[in-house]
Order: sequence, then structure tokens, then C-alpha cells
Amino acid sequence: MSYTLMFYESQEDFEARTDPSRQQEYLAGWTHYVHALRQAGIVVFGSGLYAPETAATMKRRGGEMAVQDGPFPETKEQLGGIFVIDVPDIDTALEWAARGPVDTVEVRQNMPALKQSIDGN
Amino acid sequence: METNQVIEETARQAYGRLLSYLVVNWRDLQAVEDAIGDAFLAALEIWPKVGVPDMPEAWLLTVARRRLIDRARRDRISESALLTLFAMSENTQRLASSSVAFPDERLRMMFLCTDQAIDPVMRTPLMLQTVLGIDAARIASAFIIKPSTMSQRLTRIKAKIRTERLVFEMPDKEEIPDRLDSVLEAIYAAYGRGWDEAAIVDSPRRRLAEEAIYLGKLLLPFAPRESEVYGLLAFMLFCEARREARRDEEGNYIPLSEQECTRWDLSLIMEAERYLHTASQAGRMGRFQLMAAIQSVHAQRLRTGRIEWMAIAQLYEGLVRLHPTLGALVGQAAAVAEVYGTERGITLLEAIPSAEVVNYQSYWALAGHLYKRMNRKEEALSAYSRAIGLSIDTSVRQFLSRQVNEIEMQHL
Repeated sequence: MSYTLMFYESQEDFEARTDPSRQQEYLAGWTHYVHALRQAGIVVFGSGLYAPETAATMKRRGGEMAVQDGPFPETKEQLGGIFVIDVPDIDTALEWAARGPVDTVEVRQNMPALKQSIDGN
Repeated sequence: METNQVIEETARQAYGRLLSYLVVNWRDLQAVEDAIGDAFLAALEIWPKVGVPDMPEAWLLTVARRRLIDRARRDRISESALLTLFAMSENTQRLASSSVAFPDERLRMMFLCTDQAIDPVMRTPLMLQTVLGIDAARIASAFIIKPSTMSQRLTRIKAKIRTERLVFEMPDKEEIPDRLDSVLEAIYAAYGRGWDEAAIVDSPRRRLAEEAIYLGKLLLPFAPRESEVYGLLAFMLFCEARREARRDEEGNYIPLSEQECTRWDLSLIMEAERYLHTASQAGRMGRFQLMAAIQSVHAQRLRTGRIEWMAIAQLYEGLVRLHPTLGALVGQAAAVAEVYGTERGITLLEAIPSAEVVNYQSYWALAGHLYKRMNRKEEALSAYSRAIGLSIDTSVRQFLSRQVNEIEMQHL
């Protein structure tokens, strides 16, 4: 079964990505974690995300389209990256979440792909 | 003491005794849990008004029993089952009116929790909940399991105990060592979880590690001749004795061989030594006894100032022969590396099938350590990296990262 691990990072974490005095330590944490994940042979997909202030959010309000700068919603911790992993159960997925180099990780099971597409392929 | 405090204290002391006593007589675990929950709620309501009764446990027992009878009537339980309940209620009434404590059935409860029909991974959670009254959410966090999943699994087991009518009988004499093994295994698992938990959070609540020791001590009066009970207790207490020394003032992780012995808890070590001594008098070797003996050798550094790695290596050899877990194999490799040289240690480590150690943090931490010592930098860096990626404890991660930095500095 596949699960998505969503890594939430604080403003400080995001700043550490570019702060010369903290950057190396920050990146090393991820490098080791990704190394262990890959060696376990469970990674389906994974990617870090650029900082939330680089985001653009599209919102439809009563049929009217609004585009805003920044993430949705504005909270203290923002999504910093995701991993999709293929493991037997949520217990194992949570164990991997606990190994992540951040303090908040949300784990959700992925839904299976829809069986039929519109054009019948 | 505030009435609420008295209730809390009574709950801690009495919960498992009340539950075990009622469950042994009335098999519906879920119903008994609800009844005891109601009894404590009633206590919270009534005691502050009229004062704490002379025999709080008997009071709770009487209320819980009444709830069980009410529920049985509501559920139209068969006449014969009701008779059991009434017979028990006469018993409890007699117990409630005398000064004799009601029988302690917690051992039977522990045997039930480790029944063959119960999934091994659920035995410890079930025991923590029934014997100690720890709630599912807390157990879930300690085991890194989704809380609703943990609750569901516990509920399912309770239903199974009822429908499959799992027995609450004490095992036969010749069965006891085997059955006791499962109980010890479950307590050991609780301690292991507590050990990790203690490293992760400084929580005000009683730590899981202490709860495990409490469970171990419950076994003593019932199994005065079972050396493994003493062995496990000794092992847990040796580890407990070092709890403070595992981190420095800034919270940095310190490996065992570098800990300051002066920060170890001497009275716990002495208690552990006494248990280990009792265990050794049985003249039978056991897994936990060996594990405790290894810890005892480490503890001797307090007096001698040095670690007798030769003795540790021999004890590990025995442990590997008796109970070859990954932990024992890695421990043996570490000890052998100290006695017979790093190369021999690595040979032992590399002999462990690689499929088994993919996610085993201790293996990679030791591999990093040994490769580093042999100046095999690339292998050391790779092994440390995996160890860090597999670590859950932040302070351990930082400790290992410092090792990586040292290697990288040498490179420059």
C-alpha cells in the first residue's frame, strides 16, 4: 500500500535552507533520511518544495477567480516536502515518519488509481 | 491529600487488581472496563462530598459489580451467567466487609494477555491497558501507532477473548516456564518502548519504563523460583540506573562506554545486582539473565574504572547461542571488536544477512563506528548516514552527525 508522508516545516526550517551557518546541517539531515529511505527500497516518489512565500494560490469565491501570493492556509508550519512510500501498513509508514528530520509529519494513505479513464483506455 | 489525588492514587494502585479480579470471574473484558470506569466516575462525584471510604478499593469493587449486574440484566444475559455474577457479588460483598484484601489476579491477567491466540505485537499494549490502566492514546504514542488503530485493535482483542472464551486459568506447572516467557517478552517490549520514549520526551507522567519495572516486580511473589523473572528485572534496573547519564546537561547523547559512572544511580545498580545474584542461584542460564550479566559487567566500571570487554564478549557469545536476536548479534560484534580487534568485529557484522538489517539502526551505527576506526572513510560515511536516517531520537542523530563531521574534517 502506498502512503504519503507530508513534512511540515517551521519558518526557521525554511530559513535554514539558505542560511549559510545552518544550511549544511539542514541539508545533511535530509540527505541521511533520504539515503535510509532509498536503501529500504520503498520510495515511490519524493520531492522537497520551495518555501511557502514562493507559492501562488488560486481560489474561487462564488464563481469569481482570485489568485493570491503565498500558501493556503497561512499557518505556523507549512508543507516543506512529501514522500510517497510503498509499505505494508500505516504502522510502518508512521515509523518512517518518526525518522524524518522535521517535527511534524502527516501520514495519509494514497487512494488507488481510478480504474477507468474517460476515453476508456 | 486532596480527594481527587486520593482517587488518582487509588486508581494507580487498584485499577489492575480490580479489573483482573472482575475479569477472571466475569469474562467480558470490555464490560468490566466500562464498569470500573463508571465506578471511578462515581468516586469522583461522591467522595468529595462524603469523604473517602475506609476501604476505597472495596467501595469501587462494589460499585463496579453493581454496574456489571445492571448491564447483564439489560443485555438479557442467560440465567446461568447471571448466577456466576451473583456468586461473585456475594464474594465481593464479603471481601468488602472484611479487612482482607481481595485476591490479586493480575498474574492470571498477564497470562491471558500473552495467550497464544493473541497477536504477539498486541500483548504488551493489552497488558499495559488492563493491568496498569494506561489509556489507548498514550500506548499508541509510545508505540508510534495511529491512536484509533490502537483502540480498534484493543477492542477487537477484547471481543475475541469473550467470543473465543480464552481461559483465565493459571497454566499447569510444566507449562509455566513457557508461558512465563511470553509474559517476560511482553514486559521487555514495554521497557524497550519506555527506553525510547524517555529519550524522546521529558514527560511528567510516570514513564513507561517504570511501568514495565512495576509489572516485573508483580511477578516476583508468584514466581519465586523462576530465574528469568529476576534476570529481566535486573536487566531493566541496570538500564534504569544509567538513565540520567545517557545525556549531558545540554541534552547531548552519550554512549554507554563514555558515560560518567558518577552519574549512575548506585542504589538501582545494587538492587539490580541483588536480583542478578538470585537469578544465578537457580543454576540455569537464561536470555534475560545473560543480558543482565552484560549490564553488570558495564556497571563494574564504577569500581574498576575499566570495561571488561572479554567478559562481555563471552556473555554475548552465550546470548547469541541461546537467543540470536539482531540486538545480540550486533552487541557481540561490538564486544569482539574491542577484544580481538576491529577487523574481527566487522567480519561478524558483515556475516549478518543484509536483508535483516535494512532498517536496523544499531547495525549501521556500529558499522559506521568500526569502519571509521579502520579509516575506511567512504564505508563509514555511508553507514553513519543510514544510521542517522533510521534514528528516531534527535540527540542520537546529532551524536552520529558529529561522527560524520569528524570523518569529513579528516578528509580536508
